[in-house]
Amino acid sequence: MVTSECVIVGGGPAGLSAAKELLEAGARVTIIDRNERLGGQLIKQTHMFFGSEKQYASHRGIDILEYLVNDLAPYGDRLEIRTGTTVAAIYQDKVLGCLKDEKYFKIKAESVIIATGASEKALPFENNDLPGVYAAGAVQTLMNEYGIKPGQKVLMVGSGNIGLIVGYQLLQAGIEVKALVEAADRIGGYLVHASKIRRLGVPVLPKTSIKRAIGEDAVEAAEIWSLDENWQGIPGTEKKLDVDTICIAVGLSPLTELLQQTGVRVEYVRELGGNVPLLDEGYRTTVDKVYACGDVANIEEASSAMVEGRITGIHAARDLGHEVENAGFRIKALQHELYDLRGGPPGEKVRQGIKKREVLA
Amino acid sequence: MRIRKHPILSFPEKDSVPFYYNGKKLYGIEGDTIASALHANGVKKLSESINLKRPRGFYCAIGNCASCDMEVDGKTNVRTCITPLKAGMEVKTQRGKGRLHGN
Ligand SMILES: Cc1cc2nc3c(=O)[nH]c(=O)nc-3n(C[C@H](O)[C@H](O)[C@H](O)COP(=O)(O)OP(=O)(O)OC[C@H]3O[C@@H](n4cnc5c(N)ncnc54)[C@H](O)[C@@H]3O)c2cc1C
Ligand code: FES
Repeated sequence: MVTSECVIVGGGPAGLSAAKELLEAGARVTIIDRNERLGGQLIKQTHMFFGSEKQYASHRGIDILEYLVNDLAPYGDRLEIRTGTTVAAIYQDKVLGCLKDEKYFKIKAESVIIATGASEKALPFENNDLPGVYAAGAVQTLMNEYGIKPGQKVLMVGSGNIGLIVGYQLLQAGIEVKALVEAADRIGGYLVHASKIRRLGVPVLPKTSIKRAIGEDAVEAAEIWSLDENWQGIPGTEKKLDVDTICIAVGLSPLTELLQQTGVRVEYVRELGGNVPLLDEGYRTTVDKVYACGDVANIEEASSAMVEGRITGIHAARDLGHEVENAGFRIKALQHELYDLRGGPPGEKVRQGIKKREVLA
Repeated sequence: MRIRKHPILSFPEKDSVPFYYNGKKLYGIEGDTIASALHANGVKKLSESINLKRPRGFYCAIGNCASCDMEVDGKTNVRTCITPLKAGMEVKTQRGKGRLHGN
């Protein structure tokens, strides 16, 4: 059987950052990603990032991805990258069952870092299964990775940063956004993003949601309606929109299925996006030498995923017996970065969630 | 429905890749997945729900949800959103649950 000192499942910002630290400490690392390209969500992010200079704020996601991958180049002899490979199972003795080109093989790892990210939530409404109802990230993948228009006229559902950013990217690709609806009474994401698409003429409608999709074999129209204070639709306020695509941006939930196969303890923490693993300050789960970081541990941002990945990598390297120079000092500095990233009102939810998780652990 | 003009990204001309969709010859381009090539050809319906036979398109486009499963070169339940397109592939709408791969 193939063996590896540390297998990292997921080559997004969290996994790539963890890899860098492990390699620097002298470990042998395998990165596995089911996508053909490394980078996770960054592959499709053409916009400039928020955050601080240390996490490449004002750089585009697609560029940050390149820096992260280039960082790994010096360690080629100890690094194995397996893309296009899905990890389908993990056994409790840290044997990973992998699927590549319809072939199944196993890898035995000494330690495992799970950085599988998140999946997008669906929304219940009539005909929500029609082709043309797509998750926002999927629309982004189609446009920014493959250069294909998801449709000509779009209704965006959800005004968090993802809805706002993807709304803007649709306009950049020359696609009409008929409206952006939001069930709450205010915009969920940053106001700068909202103003940007408003200025381009997109109606941003709070207290409004989708009632149903209309169409036979694909979306041909959508009906939206106003919501009352209990988030119930108000009959008589329906409006029909001429759209061929409905884009759903109502949040993400951590992809913990794989992680749970290792037997780690998982608890529901609403503020972190759903079922999340219990972790110590080194991102160790409740199972020895199994770690989790990034969106799979708490739905947040690429900037924090990178910092979490690095802290995880340092701990994992030391747990494997590798020497990490200045480890204590560097971990402190990284924790400080996380603290700064989570400061202020936007970080309130995550701060609360992490506190809850600490109490549960 | 390919994007031609974009303020940030560029999509250079690439070699075309012929494939078959329910017996009909279509063309994708190098770098496409099966689902992206179909979408570029205006094909949005990829699969059918098992019981009610309702049409299904892709949903997540990153291999999470199985909404894009099709039959490819005789193999069923292929996630077409993450499977690279190859010349000559026979892609079909899958009926029912499909079969286990292998022998
Ligand atoms: C539209 C949008 C805009 C955003 N804007 C910003 C922003 O401005 N600033 C910011 O900081 N953040 C932003 N983010 C958030 C950021 O992209 C994510 O928080 C970040 O990518 C999480 O990193 P990750 O490494 O944890 O997971 P991901 O990037 O999701 O990577 C996970 C990887 O794991 C792989 N994987 C999953 N399961 C398996 C398996 N079983 N086998 C093999 N591989 C697997 C996936 O293919 C994927 O490559 C944005 C997100 C979106 C969707
Ligand atoms: S669209 Fe979700 S797996 Fe392909």
